[in-house]
Amino acid sequence: MNDPLARARALLSVGGWITLVALLGAAAVVVLALQFTPTEASQGLAQKIFYLHPPAAWGAMLAFALCGIASIAFLFLGDLRLDRFAASSAEVGLAFSAVMLTTGPIWGKPIWGTWWDWDPRLTLTLLLFFLFLGYGALRNALHDPRERARYSAVVGIMALVLVPFIHLSVYLFRTIHPKPVVLRPDGPALPPEMLRTFLLSVAVFTLLYVGLVIMRYALGLARDHAESLAGGDHA
Amino acid sequence: MGDFVRIALALAAKDLRVEFRTRSTLLAAGIFAALVLVVFNFSRDPTAVPDAVIGPTALWVAVAFAAVVALNRGFTLERAHGAMDALRLAPAPRGALFLGKMGANLVFVLLVEGIAAPLAVLFFDLPLATAGWGLPLLLLLASVGLVAVGTLLSAMAVRTRFAELMLPVLLLPFLVPPLTAAAGASVRLFGGRPLSEVVGWLRFLAVYDLVFVTLGLLLFSAVIDE
Repeated sequence: MNDPLARARALLSVGGWITLVALLGAAAVVVLALQFTPTEASQGLAQKIFYLHPPAAWGAMLAFALCGIASIAFLFLGDLRLDRFAASSAEVGLAFSAVMLTTGPIWGKPIWGTWWDWDPRLTLTLLLFFLFLGYGALRNALHDPRERARYSAVVGIMALVLVPFIHLSVYLFRTIHPKPVVLRPDGPALPPEMLRTFLLSVAVFTLLYVGLVIMRYALGLARDHAESLAGGDHA
Repeated sequence: MGDFVRIALALAAKDLRVEFRTRSTLLAAGIFAALVLVVFNFSRDPTAVPDAVIGPTALWVAVAFAAVVALNRGFTLERAHGAMDALRLAPAPRGALFLGKMGANLVFVLLVEGIAAPLAVLFFDLPLATAGWGLPLLLLLASVGLVAVGTLLSAMAVRTRFAELMLPVLLLPFLVPPLTAAAGASVRLFGGRPLSEVVGWLRFLAVYDLVFVTLGLLLFSAVIDE
């Protein structure tokens, strides 16, 4: 297993299978949410986004947080695998926040009466989205693998530190985002059928995260190998 | 500790000396800030948006954009003749190098603000006397954090091919919290509210400054050492 390409292929197939299972699970969530879960009384069908939007948000936050933690670990350990993982996690996080940022307004228009609002959570998500777009742009603009790893680790850590400031600066305004209905001190405030569909969706998105990150990691491994074969003199 | 400060001051003095020999970037950044204010004035309907509303906003946007232009200068300077390698070889604590670079950038950004703020007051008829000493304090507190983040990011951006574009893309998300605080505070200051009403914003800015200067001191070696 010392051949990086063989390892990349093996990882790609493992990640591919996990992703396939997650996608089948996502299909199951859609069927379950539309056919076998009661429709919420006040919001009607719009509430169905609840089985897609918060799980995607969970996936995105998980992805960005792990990217930040891997960035800290990289600066201490200098292991390029950590950098590859951080980059993979950031990219998957971008995909998940795209889901979150598109499903949110679709729900917001009928329920809030507006597509967008500069509410703390919306602002935070949007800025994280931009931060990690910048993170990706910086990675693309650098060629030396170690330099790229160090720089992106620095940006990853800075992004992690920025989060509480963004939250605080916008929190001083009123928020219209719904309060948590699942993770609250008194226990979940929703019927068991809804909770079941929701938890399945969270599990599916977590699995999707794992599958996509493994595939993206394998891609990074293969790409680094290709770059080392090219001698890195193309920069 | 004495050495630390001495090195930082020497580096900052070097940067400022280079700049003042030509004054070209300072002049360009100042003109740019003034033009942002002018553009702001003409991109609103004066009968719908009064001066008092758009003035502070225009000032902070001008400051943020001019700072981006100014910050690109700091490390572009070191790129010529392998100056960056010389800096790397220097037996100096990396924190001191960061402070030196940051100090020069801070003076630079404050000078640009020294051009932009009076012009904003002039163009938008802002009550300078009402704002009092709160305004310079606000400008200083907002600039320290901005420059700390900007120095760290520009040291990396300058190594990429599109440095001029890369810096704002990386930097602007970081400017949202300080700009929120600065705009909130300056609207109140110009509105004649007492300083005690904006202390919360000022404290927020001070914490931001402290956190990102510390982060810069810690992370700078990861940025310049190979």
